[in-house]
Amino acid sequence: MTIYSIIFYILAILILVTTGLAITRRNLVHAVIYLIFSFFGSAMLFYLFGAPFLAVLEVIIYAGAIMVLFLFVVIMMKADTGNERIFALRQWLPVAVVGLVYIAIGMGIIAGDPNSRITLKTAQAAPSVFGQFIFKNHWLSIEIISLLLLVALAGVLIIGRRSRKPSAAETSKGEL
Amino acid sequence: MIVPFGHVLILAGLLFLMGILCVVARRSLIMILLGIEIMLNAVAIILVGSSLLWQHLEGQAIVLFVFAIAGAEVSIGLALIVWAYRRTGSMDPNDYNLLK
Repeated sequence: MTIYSIIFYILAILILVTTGLAITRRNLVHAVIYLIFSFFGSAMLFYLFGAPFLAVLEVIIYAGAIMVLFLFVVIMMKADTGNERIFALRQWLPVAVVGLVYIAIGMGIIAGDPNSRITLKTAQAAPSVFGQFIFKNHWLSIEIISLLLLVALAGVLIIGRRSRKPSAAETSKGEL
Repeated sequence: MIVPFGHVLILAGLLFLMGILCVVARRSLIMILLGIEIMLNAVAIILVGSSLLWQHLEGQAIVLFVFAIAGAEVSIGLALIVWAYRRTGSMDPNDYNLLK
């Protein structure tokens, strides 16, 4: 057991515990903050797997931008989930059955795959090598996702625009 | 030498299961979107691990695209949630029954 495998198991436990805490919190702010810890763990896992550029992107995009966006929305809206039951009693049976079937099938697939017994060797993809690979082999996809982000920006602007107040003539008959 | 690839698959599979449970069990639109983020993150872990297994950069390239799509999805999703909250004053999907 090398130092790398010890780091992997520590990170795996950290990720699973913080994610499990996040999905069971009633308070949405607590859930978001636990999930930030989970994403930091994933970033360190990416670094361990030799993807330093993706580790940085995980911190910036997931733990930074996306979670801050969630935090803003949670703060902006009075989300009262105080009396929410995480699982209603009549949902327990389907949840347990479906989860156990998923775990059993997944374990079967992983145990039957010969690749899953290969031990990973450490390697590192330097960001410059990664960037050259991306722009040599996937330049069209890069353009497409930049266009996708632009479309998402325009869509958010259209959705977020405050809708026009209905004029008096439209509401005078008691209907919208 | 890190770990067998199967352990990475088990970690990502459990993370994906947690994401599914969060999506189907929580009754708040924000938690549903968080569950989708958890699932996308689990997929990213598998892709980076397989990129290390085959010593090829293709997996990492796909993770870059997954990040971009997650960013677009979460921005549109949160804008829709804010829009629906303004119209109905609720974030519980069970309350969206105007067609009923």
